[in-house]
Amino acid sequence: MDFGFGLTPSSAIELDALDNGLFEKLCRIEPGARTCIACGCCTATCTASGYSGMSVRKLLLDLQRGRNQEVEQMLSHCMLCGKCTMVCPRGINTRRVILTVCRLYDNVEGEL
Amino acid sequence: MNNKILIVGGGIAGMETARQLKALGLNPVIVEKSSSLGGHVAQWHCLFPDMTPSRKVLEPYDEALKDVEILLETEISSINRLQKDYSVVLSNGRTLNCSAVVFATGFRLFEAERKEEYGYGIYDHVITNKDLEAWFNTRSDERVPAKPSAIGFVHCVGSRDLKAGNTQCSKVCCITAIKQAIELKEQFPNSEIYCFYMDLRLFGKKYEDFYINAQRDFGIHFIRGRVSEVCETIDGRVQVKAEDTLVGKPVKVKLDLLVLMSGIVCNKENQALAHSVQMPVDDDGFFRSKDNIISITEADRAGLFYAGTCTGPKTVPETVAEARSAALNVYNYLKGRK
Ligand SMILES: Cc1cc2nc3c(=O)[nH]c(=O)nc-3n(C[C@H](O)[C@H](O)[C@H](O)COP(=O)(O)OP(=O)(O)OC[C@H]3O[C@@H](n4cnc5c(N)ncnc54)[C@H](O)[C@@H]3O)c2cc1C
Ligand code: SF4
Ligand code: SF4
Ligand code: SF4
Repeated sequence: MDFGFGLTPSSAIELDALDNGLFEKLCRIEPGARTCIACGCCTATCTASGYSGMSVRKLLLDLQRGRNQEVEQMLSHCMLCGKCTMVCPRGINTRRVILTVCRLYDNVEGEL
Repeated sequence: MNNKILIVGGGIAGMETARQLKALGLNPVIVEKSSSLGGHVAQWHCLFPDMTPSRKVLEPYDEALKDVEILLETEISSINRLQKDYSVVLSNGRTLNCSAVVFATGFRLFEAERKEEYGYGIYDHVITNKDLEAWFNTRSDERVPAKPSAIGFVHCVGSRDLKAGNTQCSKVCCITAIKQAIELKEQFPNSEIYCFYMDLRLFGKKYEDFYINAQRDFGIHFIRGRVSEVCETIDGRVQVKAEDTLVGKPVKVKLDLLVLMSGIVCNKENQALAHSVQMPVDDDGFFRSKDNIISITEADRAGLFYAGTCTGPKTVPETVAEARSAALNVYNYLKGRK
């Protein structure tokens, strides 16, 4: 019987039950990914961000919090133009980060 | 014992060291390359956190240093370690024999034009923190419009920036931005003021209160996102692009004035001098202390000492405290040597 209401699953991130394996794999290939300070320069300068929500900052955070599904959706909006890499104050090769994450989703590890 | 102590640099660090050495009965000599004492502090209008006029801070030194030998427009040509003392040749040809040397050579302000994406020296209404202090003093700078309706501050310009070659935080520019934003708001009450920051580093006494005042009493807007680029609009205003990282959306705003918070970077030109006496330089280019906890004002070489921002970014009270500590270090060093 349908009473017209249901349970909403909690959206809280449970840090002690976190699976951020994808982020750890990324960092083995791109150690710079750990040094992101979430400054938002990459997103501000990205041509796709205003329309699609593409954001390297969010991508890196989502991966660290195990939100892999959000990341997969976001990746399809990147045009690989590399503008974000030019502005990153930490010198992270963000374009290569994006490519690496794509490869990891395809289960191809190693050199790019 | 020769009680002559060479102080390289006549900023507030060098001035305070000289004052204390004199009080301890030693004979300091200040060598300053520019034509006046005071260093950077002499260029600032007033100082956080109490808005004390810089003039008031510097004035007492006129009296305190009247018996101290001060050599202006003079530089060090070479320093050589003798058995115990240092032999110093000055740019005016004079040679001094000194028992100890205190480096108080300070810092350099990051050259904002190196961050081309911010348009300093390219767009008409982009200035630096230093330019703004000068404007507070003189009220004349054609880049500052008569009635700005919107003003922006960019934090961390040339600091915390691997590509600019400076990974360190300059420590004083967050609080300086807040101080300057409040001063501008008092001057232009109808303008909207935005501070674009990555982190607000407000560590000192009263700094957090200053921040609360800026938010509550002056309505200054704080946007958490680093400015990625600046361009000029057709009507000559500046447009700033950033991400509001807390909302998670890109933001754009048109401004009549943009102030870049240039950072505190090392005085590269003094590294050769340091090398000539085998004094170590840190990765960030500042002089390296014996350790960073209890011997900040000592170099790892007998008879060489530091005061102030030549070892890293510092506020005026920190600089003055170090100068006093350096003077005491020199005194104890000479006593132990007798
Ligand atoms: C925009 C801005 C605003 C600030 N506002 C405040 C504030 O409101 N309150 C506060 O507490 N702090 C403030 N600070 C920090 C303050 O400026 C420093 O703490 C202070 O200037 C440090 O003094 P110093 O003597 O170590 O160095 P400096 O002021 O840099 O002085 C060094 C001196 O040494 C001389 N010199 C360098 N090399 C040589 C050489 N080889 N031979 C001879 N002479 C040499 C230089 O000409 C200079 O006169 C501010 C900093 C900035 C960037
Ligand atoms: S490479 Fe992708 S994320 Fe980076 S600026 Fe270009 S479109 Fe945006
Ligand atoms: S620009 Fe670099 S440091 Fe800043 S949020 Fe993007 S990836 Fe992180
Ligand atoms: S004090 Fe603030 S503005 Fe200056 S470098 Fe540090 S975080 Fe950036």
